[in-house]
Amino acid sequence: MKKTVFFGALTVAALVAGVASAATLDDVKARGSLNCGVTTGLVGFAAPDANGVWEGFDVGICRAVAAAIFGDPTAVEFVPTTGQTRFTALASGEIDLLARNTTWTFSRDTDLKFEFVGVNYYDGQGFMVPKDLGVSSAKDLDGATVCIQTGTTTELNLADFFRTNNISYEPVPIETNAEAQQQYLSGACDVYTTDASGLAATRATFEAPNDHTLLPEIISKEPLGPLVRHGDSEWGDIARWTLNALVSAEELGVTSSNIAELAAAPTNNPEVNRLLGTEGQLGSMIGLDANWAANAIAAGGNYGELFEKNIGESTPIGLARGLNAMWTEGGLIYSPPFR
Amino acid sequence: MSDTNTHSVSYVRESMLAESAPPSTETGTIKWMRENLFSSVLNSVLTVLSILVVYWAVSKIGPWFWNSVWDAGSLTECREILAAKGMTGHDGACFGVIKDRWQQLIFGFYPSEYYWRPVLALLVFFVGITPVLFDSVPRKMLILTILTPFVMYLLLWGGAIWLPLMVVAGFGVGYLAMKFLSPVNGLLGTIGAIILPLIFWLYLAGPIAGWLTFYAPIGFEFVPSKSFGGFTLSLVIGIVAIILSLPLGILLALARQSNLPIIKYSAVTFIEVIRGVPLIVWLFTASLLLNYFLPPGTNFDLMLRVIIMVTLFSAAYIAEVVRGGLAALPKGQYEGGDSLGLSYWQSMQLIILPQALKISIPGIVNTFIGLFKDTTLVVFIGLFDPIGLAGAIRASTDWNGIYWELFIFIGVMFFIFCFSMGRYSLYLENKLQREHR
Amino acid sequence: MSTLTDPPKPAFRLSQLIYDTRYRSITIQLVALLLMVLGIGWLVNNTVQNLAALGKDFNFGFLDNSAGYDINQRLIDYNSQMSHGRAAMVGILNTLLVAFLGCVTATVIGVIAGVLRLSKNWVVSRLMAVYVEGFRNVPLLLWIILIFSIMSESMPQPKDFRGAEPAASMIFSDHVAVTNRGIWIPRLGFTNSLSGNEAVASVEGLPAVATGGADWALIGVTLLISIIAIGFVRTRASQLQEATGNRPTTWYLQLGLLVIPFVIVALFLGMTVVTPFLKGFNFTEGTHLRNSLIALWIALSLYTGAFIAEIVRAGILAVSKGQSEAAFALGMRPNRTMNLVILPQAMRVIVPPLISQYLNLAKNSSLAIAVGYMDVRATLGGITINQTGRELEGMLLLGGFYLLLSLLISSVMNYFNNRTQLRER
Repeated sequence: MKKTVFFGALTVAALVAGVASAATLDDVKARGSLNCGVTTGLVGFAAPDANGVWEGFDVGICRAVAAAIFGDPTAVEFVPTTGQTRFTALASGEIDLLARNTTWTFSRDTDLKFEFVGVNYYDGQGFMVPKDLGVSSAKDLDGATVCIQTGTTTELNLADFFRTNNISYEPVPIETNAEAQQQYLSGACDVYTTDASGLAATRATFEAPNDHTLLPEIISKEPLGPLVRHGDSEWGDIARWTLNALVSAEELGVTSSNIAELAAAPTNNPEVNRLLGTEGQLGSMIGLDANWAANAIAAGGNYGELFEKNIGESTPIGLARGLNAMWTEGGLIYSPPFR
Repeated sequence: MSDTNTHSVSYVRESMLAESAPPSTETGTIKWMRENLFSSVLNSVLTVLSILVVYWAVSKIGPWFWNSVWDAGSLTECREILAAKGMTGHDGACFGVIKDRWQQLIFGFYPSEYYWRPVLALLVFFVGITPVLFDSVPRKMLILTILTPFVMYLLLWGGAIWLPLMVVAGFGVGYLAMKFLSPVNGLLGTIGAIILPLIFWLYLAGPIAGWLTFYAPIGFEFVPSKSFGGFTLSLVIGIVAIILSLPLGILLALARQSNLPIIKYSAVTFIEVIRGVPLIVWLFTASLLLNYFLPPGTNFDLMLRVIIMVTLFSAAYIAEVVRGGLAALPKGQYEGGDSLGLSYWQSMQLIILPQALKISIPGIVNTFIGLFKDTTLVVFIGLFDPIGLAGAIRASTDWNGIYWELFIFIGVMFFIFCFSMGRYSLYLENKLQREHR
Repeated sequence: MSTLTDPPKPAFRLSQLIYDTRYRSITIQLVALLLMVLGIGWLVNNTVQNLAALGKDFNFGFLDNSAGYDINQRLIDYNSQMSHGRAAMVGILNTLLVAFLGCVTATVIGVIAGVLRLSKNWVVSRLMAVYVEGFRNVPLLLWIILIFSIMSESMPQPKDFRGAEPAASMIFSDHVAVTNRGIWIPRLGFTNSLSGNEAVASVEGLPAVATGGADWALIGVTLLISIIAIGFVRTRASQLQEATGNRPTTWYLQLGLLVIPFVIVALFLGMTVVTPFLKGFNFTEGTHLRNSLIALWIALSLYTGAFIAEIVRAGILAVSKGQSEAAFALGMRPNRTMNLVILPQAMRVIVPPLISQYLNLAKNSSLAIAVGYMDVRATLGGITINQTGRELEGMLLLGGFYLLLSLLISSVMNYFNNRTQLRER
């Protein structure tokens, strides 16, 4: 599988990161770690801490997939990507999985040739304004200066929104969330627009969060999810069903604290048993160990736990579950059955 | 003599008067100020203006530094400390972030128990280049210089020592081939010196190194490129690129001066294309396109791709510096080499290059300074150089919203590095000028 | 027994290709050419295979598709419904604009700083040294970021201009507004516009103005004719001087030729100054110099200015004192000494590195990415590539543009070098 290029002598395992081929799973196993693309830093979703350990909601997905494959949530190499470089990194095989709050759109799925494996966060583009601006609706923003992050669907949505409402605006494109935040706080923009989750996360860290308000309009649907390359359905399945396992675990009440107990012996709930591998052959069907899902859940907890720990109401970011509640509780988070 | 004067002249002073002090306006500070600060109306105006500018800057920024908080684990905590002193977040700096994260800014994610390795690698680099930079050091030390890259590689990335050894051994194979084949046939020697090492590297080095590693696992803990960050990353990219680009740059410079049109014009095209396009476009090329140009399935990690691109980039600039050195030599030197019947390579090796390179060293150091500063651009392709790390630190919940402190720290660090290197290149230039007189 | 034979005609032997210096150069070049062709072929082959594997093709059709994103600073007409190609054009013009502005101010700053650094005034020369070293030794990227945020933090917001007792007010008797979103300066408008744009009064009480290409074209043509006429007058004056020895006084004629046609045209078009005023969230009317443009412009000028200062200083120091002393000994007056002796020599040292600094500045303008200035890298090389996934085509176009720009600047440099080089004999 490995090609001895003329850099053969320099085939330092480290420098030559990996070889993309049809069977991503084999490559990942051969390499011993999963290459997972994340952002270069977004509060709550992915950021390295003081020891360089990555943390966050998207990071949790990467760790779960690694745990499903290797049984070891630390067998991940995090590859920081920018809005500009993320798709190329995935297409070229530099990363195996991109978990970088990326919106699932038609053209990304078909034209850019990626496969979105699900949605881990239902988001929408919103607006944040200072309260003293006296604006209560996005339609009042005629002539306003708007800070946006480039390289995202945000700028396209914004152009569409202002065009359909026939009002003018002045876009100020900014490269990173941190810069945009600084521009907004200094008053260089009237409005900051990005995904509503990002707005809430950003507002939470302000010196005076209550001076700022989110406008009621959500101008777009932004289903954020992990994605893989087209053309390797087995690999896509692993990522998809790991995500589903986390969701199902929450629905079935499997948490990181009770999983050891539940996975030790078959319980009287057959779906839990199938999920955790104490009954049935789901593991071998997907090409992994029988306890793959149990490992994935044990890595960082089920979907709800990941949410609460990284971006939930107990964190400084303080996002409510909203659309991201379980379908049983009025949200959209839903997993097909494990059967 | 004074006797004659005593009788012929009515009065003559016989002893010198004690020197009286110059007028107070002509001495000390006042004189200095008059001459240096207020010598004309225009000068006085400029002086006053400059002092006002300095005063304004200090009065604006001074208190912010003065009131800075060093003992805080997060921005909120820092703001609370400032608030307890009755100040807002704008009145004092929160240098707590530097105290909390300085190791990350300097070493990136390098494992903390191995911090000594990058430091030692830097020292090795400095020792390695002394024979090049200071001519008082014995020439024999140049052998050390040649070994430096391999030692640095071992220290920085680690892994078993056999692979770098095998790469060195490849050069040994080349040397032996040259030595034993040249007497048989000059051409054979040259070809052998090129082909045999390549064969060795391609087919033998890997298996032998693997075999040795298996039976004698000597080496350092392996550290992947992804752990590099901060100033370590900038320095590694800068130093590796400059080392690799030197031979390439010299070859390009020679090619550009060559009489053979095809070689000359390909060198010119290469140099102009590389220099004509901004580094950031090349970095995006490394990040977005380099994988397209390699055989399907090959994949390098981003840092290696960046190093390749930056090496090509700086090679073009070094080529121009060396070309300047070559052009600065008097024609007589070239003609002298020819008249002695030296072949092209002999005269280059023995006469031209030693002189040309000596003249070029200040330019090379300046190129390195520029390159080192330009490594900050890798932030745009997602590598964690100091500025990228500043972004990542600001994305952690503890330090979200911090701004100036990080950038000031980074700026000061860059200033110290670049300023001292700049002084060194200035010293070299002056020394060269003295020697040429 | 001796046979006479012709001296053997040296037959061409294959080994001559290697040992004979006459042929060896050809061999070397052929081998090099072969290797290069093989190398390039290898790269192209790889690219083709990789593109095929990704299911992508190589075509520039995406340039005609609708771009879908907005650009804030547009020197030509553009909206989000126009094509990616048009967006790239807007970006190219923005790059050229900031590069041009930067070169001009960097030269001014550099010359002043270079001269002042040689000043005998201790405070001034120290201050200039701090400026030069500070900017030369810290990455440009850091300066751009710092200047951008200093501007947005320290300038007043537009809303500060509002109210009965505003916290900030416009300067130059209410003509220029300096805000943290940029600077609004007055612009010229035309009440009798030729361009057929409908003249609109944006606020009651103000005259209706419009602006259009036709108006500016008319003014440009007028100025051009004036300049040609002035050239004619000057040539004639020189001819007269050569013929009679007396040069007629023509400055009033030249001035009149320049001013009078312009005034007539301006009156005809009804040229007025349109001052910016606060409306809604922002100032409107007037010309808006955006923060991103100003920050990039200032940072590029200060950074490059520091390098130019060193070049100027070196240039002045390079002219030996004997030159001016010799000129004085010949009885030349100081200003003529400067113009005819010192400057031409100093310029020979200054100009080549100066132009290469211009080259650097033009390339460094791609750092616009740090402040969100919509240059060609941000439009074509940024959003367009990102939205269409055409990185190969986009990067090729982008590289090609910068290469063309650099080649243009360096051909100017070579022209100058060739003209001023000392001829070595």
